[in-house]
Amino acid sequence: MPELRTEEMVINMGPQHPSTHGVLRVELVLDGEIVVDAIPHIGYLHRCFEKHSESMNDYQQVIPYVDRMDYVAAISNELGFAIAMERMLGIEVSERVECIRVIFAELQRIASHLVAIGTYGLDIGAFTPFLHCFRDRERILDIFESTCGARLLYNYIWVGGLSHDVPTDFKDKVRDFVQYFPPKIKEYNDLLTYNKIFIDRTADVGVLPADVALNYASSGPILRGSGVNWDLRRDDPYSIYDQFEFDVVVGKGEMGTVGDCWDRYIVRVREMEQSIRIIAQAVERMPDEGDVKAAVPKRIRPPEGEIYARTETPRGELGYYIISDGSMSPYRVKARSPCFVNLSVLPAISRGSMVSDVVAIVGSIDIVLGEIDR
Amino acid sequence: MKKPEDIYAILKERFGEEKVEFKEDVKVVPFIVVAPDAIKEVAKFLRDDDDLDFDYLMCLSGVHYQKDTTLGVTYHINATRKKHSLTLKCIVPEENPHVQSVESIWKTANWHEREAYDMTGIIFDGHPDLRRILCPDDWDGFPLRKDYKVQEYYHGMKVPY
Amino acid sequence: MGLLDKQFENSNIIITSIDNLFNWARLSSLWYMQFGLACCAIEMMAAAASHYDFDRFGIIPRASPRQADVMIVAGTVTIKMGPRIKRLYEQMAEPRYVLSMGSCATCGGPYWEHGYHVLKGVDRVVPVDVYIPGCPPRPEALFEGFLKLHEKIRSESLAKKKTA
Repeated sequence: MPELRTEEMVINMGPQHPSTHGVLRVELVLDGEIVVDAIPHIGYLHRCFEKHSESMNDYQQVIPYVDRMDYVAAISNELGFAIAMERMLGIEVSERVECIRVIFAELQRIASHLVAIGTYGLDIGAFTPFLHCFRDRERILDIFESTCGARLLYNYIWVGGLSHDVPTDFKDKVRDFVQYFPPKIKEYNDLLTYNKIFIDRTADVGVLPADVALNYASSGPILRGSGVNWDLRRDDPYSIYDQFEFDVVVGKGEMGTVGDCWDRYIVRVREMEQSIRIIAQAVERMPDEGDVKAAVPKRIRPPEGEIYARTETPRGELGYYIISDGSMSPYRVKARSPCFVNLSVLPAISRGSMVSDVVAIVGSIDIVLGEIDR
Repeated sequence: MKKPEDIYAILKERFGEEKVEFKEDVKVVPFIVVAPDAIKEVAKFLRDDDDLDFDYLMCLSGVHYQKDTTLGVTYHINATRKKHSLTLKCIVPEENPHVQSVESIWKTANWHEREAYDMTGIIFDGHPDLRRILCPDDWDGFPLRKDYKVQEYYHGMKVPY
Repeated sequence: MGLLDKQFENSNIIITSIDNLFNWARLSSLWYMQFGLACCAIEMMAAAASHYDFDRFGIIPRASPRQADVMIVAGTVTIKMGPRIKRLYEQMAEPRYVLSMGSCATCGGPYWEHGYHVLKGVDRVVPVDVYIPGCPPRPEALFEGFLKLHEKIRSESLAKKKTA
């Protein structure tokens, strides 16, 4: 019998593919069904964020562009930028503003994780959890909408304060949501988390060891899923996060190896519970009266210098490296986006897996292309 | 937890003053300027030394300093266990911008360096796969240089508005 | 059809023009290509999910361009993505429609001036039927866009060729 001729095959996944969460293209080199190499190609949504920030006449004008980077979690991006600028200018904001910011940032974290969980289920083949997640996400968006009028991109957190005050029934709405949401997490767990098929598709798949994760500078649920206890809200506190009680969730390898797709997924689910805890504390702490625009500067003219400030967005460490030349417009703004860095680990964890597992791995990284390409 | 000046003292003793220089008269955060041909060994030392233990490269950015006709690379590094961070800089001339790659020290530098090359045109020596990452491969110019002029057409598509 | 059922009990004959019949069939099940580009794609997903429910209009997502009738260009089209959009459009079977969702796809949106890598309007690569303004448009606006597309399809005729 003549020898069987075998050779590697190259398959393109994307840029139009339902489970790449946008316009990612992965070049897969396959040996049969085994992935020999996976090379991500990015830049299909490169919207020149850094050039735009340099071209703006004012630092406040950068904030709408910041929104459009990680469009699933716009508030978190704004918060990072505002904190970087406030540190540079030495602005202190009032307790009321800090509380509102924390409440919104955590609501946004839940909304973002709901999209992540819902679409992850969709990738794996479970359609129903997606509908449940989006149902509850709409509740959060209603709170956002009643506050600033927008559903997705808010331009709400400004340098030195907020664009306008919260509505009078804000606290009640948030309290309602805090009551409403925890039973729903159990619903997701019943539907998806402990589903046998889901566990079979995700446990022991795409294992990312802790030392590799650190060397690739992963952050957020990716790093914590690998068992590294690291959360900037606790380890490099910003805003008033050091005054709240919450636990940092890490992956423990309950269904397989530490750092597999299931661990990264469960970190997100449990983080939502912690976010609810923070919101419940912040809403009780929030003073009723106070001008949210008191500290907004009329003209922002920072001294010559530079700063690197980082915050924990739903996807990990978002850093802004801002250089000022003493004028009204920024000299250079570099965004260190968590997805960009997290995605660079994809070749390392998908080598040797089956081709169908690549979908599970990409989904578990929870990428937002707007932030990868900026 | 070490302060930048303590780290500088250790680096100066190890590498000499011509390779590393401390800038503390700047506003906001002090930083250390490293010679472009020494950054790799400095980075390796920073990572492997037990007291410093910088295991996390937070950010690597390319910057164009138009006034000085130089390009710069800024490294923000962090030690997750020792909880200190540090800013390093490499400054290279505009015409021949060559910096050693730190990809072999921190794997995350791979994509960051490709981005810095794509945006500002800094060439990282020793990088395994230095090509454009965000713009198409046959794009003209480096967009984040201050004197960048956008091309009129790309493959028949008009680029400006 | 409820009204007609009561009038014709045994033999169902309706006299209509071929145009009307075809257009009615076409506009009642517009399958769109599941293909998101940027921020607007999240609103498109929200429109397809439980709260807004696209399904009531017969609009469901298909992952392949060959099975899709309408392409929603949801988000910023970049120079690198432009040729890919064109190819996806060419893979769709006739009759095919394009909805440009959001300011970015319509004219470059907030990126029109300094966006060196942004294509200023998807109509530079593919013909567009309906433009939906907004950044991002609300799901209701997307519905309105589909209703406008319905109007357009209703006025089509087999006799004269569809102009691009």
